[in-house]
Amino acid sequence: MERKNPVFTAFVYVCALLLAAVILAPLAWLFVMSISPAADLAAKPLRWWPQAAEFSRYAQLLSTAENSAGAAFTSSLRNSLEVAGMATLAAIILAVPAGWAVSRTPSVGWSLSMVIATYMLPPVALSVPLYMGLSWLGLLNNVFGLALIYLTILAPFTTWLMKSGFDSIPREIEAAAMIDGAGLLQTWRIITLPLAAPVVATSALFAVLLAWDEFFYALLFTSDQRARTLTVAIADLAGGRVSDYGLIATAGVLAALPPVLIGLVMQRALISGLTSGGVKG
Amino acid sequence: MSGTWMTTRAWLLMLPLLVIMVAVIGWPLVDTVRLSFTDAQLVGTAGNYVGFDNYTKMLTSSNFTRTLSTTTWFAVVSVAAEMVLGVLAALLLNQEFRGRAVLRGLMILPWALPTVVNATLWRLIYNPEYGALNAALTQLHLIDDYRSWLGEPGTALAALIVADCWKNFPLVALIALAALQAVPRDITAAALVDGAGPFNRFRFVILPYLAGPLMVALVLRTIEAFKVFDIIWVMTRGGPANSTRSLSILVYQEAFSFQRAGSGASLALIVTLLVTVLAVAYATLVRKTAGSAT
Repeated sequence: MERKNPVFTAFVYVCALLLAAVILAPLAWLFVMSISPAADLAAKPLRWWPQAAEFSRYAQLLSTAENSAGAAFTSSLRNSLEVAGMATLAAIILAVPAGWAVSRTPSVGWSLSMVIATYMLPPVALSVPLYMGLSWLGLLNNVFGLALIYLTILAPFTTWLMKSGFDSIPREIEAAAMIDGAGLLQTWRIITLPLAAPVVATSALFAVLLAWDEFFYALLFTSDQRARTLTVAIADLAGGRVSDYGLIATAGVLAALPPVLIGLVMQRALISGLTSGGVKG
Repeated sequence: MSGTWMTTRAWLLMLPLLVIMVAVIGWPLVDTVRLSFTDAQLVGTAGNYVGFDNYTKMLTSSNFTRTLSTTTWFAVVSVAAEMVLGVLAALLLNQEFRGRAVLRGLMILPWALPTVVNATLWRLIYNPEYGALNAALTQLHLIDDYRSWLGEPGTALAALIVADCWKNFPLVALIALAALQAVPRDITAAALVDGAGPFNRFRFVILPYLAGPLMVALVLRTIEAFKVFDIIWVMTRGGPANSTRSLSILVYQEAFSFQRAGSGASLALIVTLLVTVLAVAYATLVRKTAGSAT
């Protein structure tokens, strides 16, 4: 659609290479740091490529030997998986009926708008009472408590995605099933939920990404290996006195792997989810 | 089926969500308002009613005004840069060239990278003794000595903004790209035939399609940038000399480091109010843009 001007074409390729470099260089460096011997990382001038790649830090972090760096890392990995899993499951269970209700009965939509408007609230506006509440319930430093708090972020978001998903399923199909004598639950089971399965999956993946990324509440409400999540563990490593920067980088690579894989595999669905949010508001 | 039963059923289906939302958002918000009028401590004393003392104390403290201006600066510069870079990247990705699909796929990587990992990565890159930025700039003879990018008030905020932009401009690019692909080709072709130059084509043909989605991205990114906590906490904890302290970090320090729940709550509500005003102003703007575009 543009003119086939060779100068313009060359310009496009130069820009594309530049953009690729800007995106990839920091990520590549994170990986290189994770496999470079500590001496290479401390060398001046800095060695940009390791003399001999070593993957020992990965083994070190993933080992479960007691009182090792690995034990702290693997327990935070498990906590992150548990919290993200529980919070996502709960968010979907809340979001499916609510999203359907708003989609089919727009007159109750204002309540969902109110729920979504809470997105504006800075977490600090809720943090003090939530801290006191969790402390009162004995749920501080507890994966269940943290998963419950994560619903403040996950539930509005998934409900909104589910609502747009149900909007695209024609209600005539449901009406036809109902006329044939199916009850609401039966209609859901046979018609609605199978059709909505891709949206449920996308919403769940978004929720996992959000929970995996969360830092503020995890920092406030967890204190040790029983509930501390990966993000807090990595921030501790980065801010602590660890002298091996490669180890910090390795933890970063491991923590980034699940969301990056989700991102790449689900690319199309994620982008359409993001942009439908961007377009519809 | 009758309308009333439909509505009742809808409320019943929404009930679980609404109950949980009241428990984890509604009640805490109301309680934050109550706390903001007391001198409660985080642990122990319930606190006495002190009227608007917390508010006047917080609003008149030099900490607050300085932090407000730091946060505003961070939000304005990083969001503006993300918008410009995002649109430029989207215009590039909308061209036809080999490897375009791959490059588009790469754009998802910074977005998918957890914020804390991004902050950690840039903290390592900026490291004053062994960091890659110092090494690269010295090896290119652009600087003579290693610098402490995050350790000096003059460069710390700029360094944070670069890290934040790198993570967030690809998202703007993807949103803008989706909007660009909705521009009908015959319209751009017609403009070309009519002799419109590249700038005019962008301004009058393409921009109207971009305006709506970009405004929404702008609103969401600005609200997020205004609430910023994670990236700053991991990279500088608000230092050096509080030069990168954001409002959220100030609230955290007041309520949790100093355990002053009452004044922390009042500060949190001031921040909430600022974000709300921002959001409402923007929403009006979005409606206007959406109305005038196309």
